Amino acid sequence: MKKVQLLKLAHARSGDKGDASNVGLISRKPEYYPILKEKVTTTAVKAHFAGICAGEVQRFELPNLYALNFLLHEALAGGGTVSLRNDAQGKTMSTALLRMVIEVPDDTAIE
Amino acid sequence: MKTAIASRSRSEKESIRIASGQGYWGDLPQAPYWQVSKGPIDYLVMDYLAEVTMSILQKQKSRDPKLGYAKDLLPVMEQILPFVIDRDIKVVTNGGGVNPQACRDAIFDIARKAGLSRLKIGVVFGDDIFGRVDELLNKGATLKNMDSGEELTKIRDRLQSANVYFGAFPIAEALNDGAQIVLTGRATDTGLTLAPMIYEFGWGENDYDKLAAGIVAGHILECGGQSSGGNFLKDWKNVPDLANIGFPIAEAHPDGTVFITKHDGTGGLVSVDTIKEQLLYEIGDPTEYITPEVIADFTSIRLDQDGTDRVKVYDIKGKPPTESFKVSMAYSDGYYAIGTLTYGWPDALEKAQVADRIMRQRLEDLGYHYDEFHTEFLGYNSCHGPLSPKPSELNEVVLRVAVRGKDREAIDAFGRQLVPLVLTGPPTVTGFGGGRPKPQDVVAYWPSLIPKSLVRPTVEVSEI
Repeated sequence: MKKVQLLKLAHARSGDKGDASNVGLISRKPEYYPILKEKVTTTAVKAHFAGICAGEVQRFELPNLYALNFLLHEALAGGGTVSLRNDAQGKTMSTALLRMVIEVPDDTAIE
Repeated sequence: MKTAIASRSRSEKESIRIASGQGYWGDLPQAPYWQVSKGPIDYLVMDYLAEVTMSILQKQKSRDPKLGYAKDLLPVMEQILPFVIDRDIKVVTNGGGVNPQACRDAIFDIARKAGLSRLKIGVVFGDDIFGRVDELLNKGATLKNMDSGEELTKIRDRLQSANVYFGAFPIAEALNDGAQIVLTGRATDTGLTLAPMIYEFGWGENDYDKLAAGIVAGHILECGGQSSGGNFLKDWKNVPDLANIGFPIAEAHPDGTVFITKHDGTGGLVSVDTIKEQLLYEIGDPTEYITPEVIADFTSIRLDQDGTDRVKVYDIKGKPPTESFKVSMAYSDGYYAIGTLTYGWPDALEKAQVADRIMRQRLEDLGYHYDEFHTEFLGYNSCHGPLSPKPSELNEVVLRVAVRGKDREAIDAFGRQLVPLVLTGPPTVTGFGGGRPKPQDVVAYWPSLIPKSLVRPTVEVSEI
């Protein structure tokens, strides 16, 4: 197994839904999708966002788009209009998720 | 007249081109003009409303009964009306805000000044329930917070606006009544795009798969350039000519197949990947994308690249909608203030951290307390917070401090304590030209649901 940052395997977009942040994670190649499904679990994402996401993490699968959608509850310090954060609407949570490092089989081709 | 329009449209048009002109209030001002002038379109749809916009508009209306709509819409109308008339383009927008009739009158004024006649404007009323909250509570609505479950009584006396999200059918009715421009209040963003399809193709309330297809097209269009190369993460360095970005256009077909494209010769990019990023934007459970017309299943969506800057979107499934409309309410929730100071090399971050501690201590010594006191260091951690790796050395860093609370005086005191750090704190600090941060109103959001039976949209079409 080798370690790889999600940025190499996926792209993403994020935004707000109240005090939850939604992060859509999209495989850069269809063959990465099973890896994302296996490694980017709700537990792993919750641990990754320690100190940011105070609530539950939900995950939804979109196999048709080779994508996963995450809802990070209580992750925006009160939500769009109340939050004092510079990124009150979670627009950069996408790349915060892409910082995550996961283990993939050694023969996984990565550009 | 009604029949004539309907039969002409339904028999003659194999497809219609619906163009997105604005993704939010404050979007690129030249985009609507580009959409009507750079190529063929049948419809221009413009979204102007966000959750808190309604409370701002409600305040404006209370000060002046002729205000309360998206004023930015007027210069846009001035610019595009000649094209709209000349090319027989229909315009659908939720820029009517909480005063769509005043918006209509202002657009009629613009049309008269331009010497235009026989312009028909349709208005959808009934979404603004701010003045009817007690009546609706008596009729059985609870208007509980749908996220937290809290009762409305908690914030009833601080309520600033309340609007029902209506969908596409009332807009389609206005189109069917001959309106060339349709103004709504709090219509769903997706409904603006779906409505022309319902009207042109004669889709019914039970055509769930087709309605879902229109909703998906609406979701792709509702954020303007965000589906045509703007804010595109995957390969952003290779998006061509963003300065001249072409906003997305949905070419819709009667069977529910939609092609997303943009005008020839414009910048930006329409690819399977740009569409995917937008489809994933601000959604929850993808199998249950709930709108007033239908519940769309985003896991059924299929995408194919169909030539340059053209993506086929198809095979979408939908199921019957819920019995409720969503309600968007805003209430006042205290005050906040935000201030910044810039610290330069060397030890930029350390200086900013010390300044933050000094400021907190001074405010505490003065006896001020806050619901929240939030500090970030721009250049280090304001995007990714605790996930940000500690930098070895920064050339400069911006200290950004923010407070929120119910006591306006405490928020004001925060403003008085920030700038003095320049001469009474760590060295090499600048960027205080903006002066003292002033207290601002916190407008909080209260999402809710209301039974569809309690509120009805009404449609009015008038002509100059």
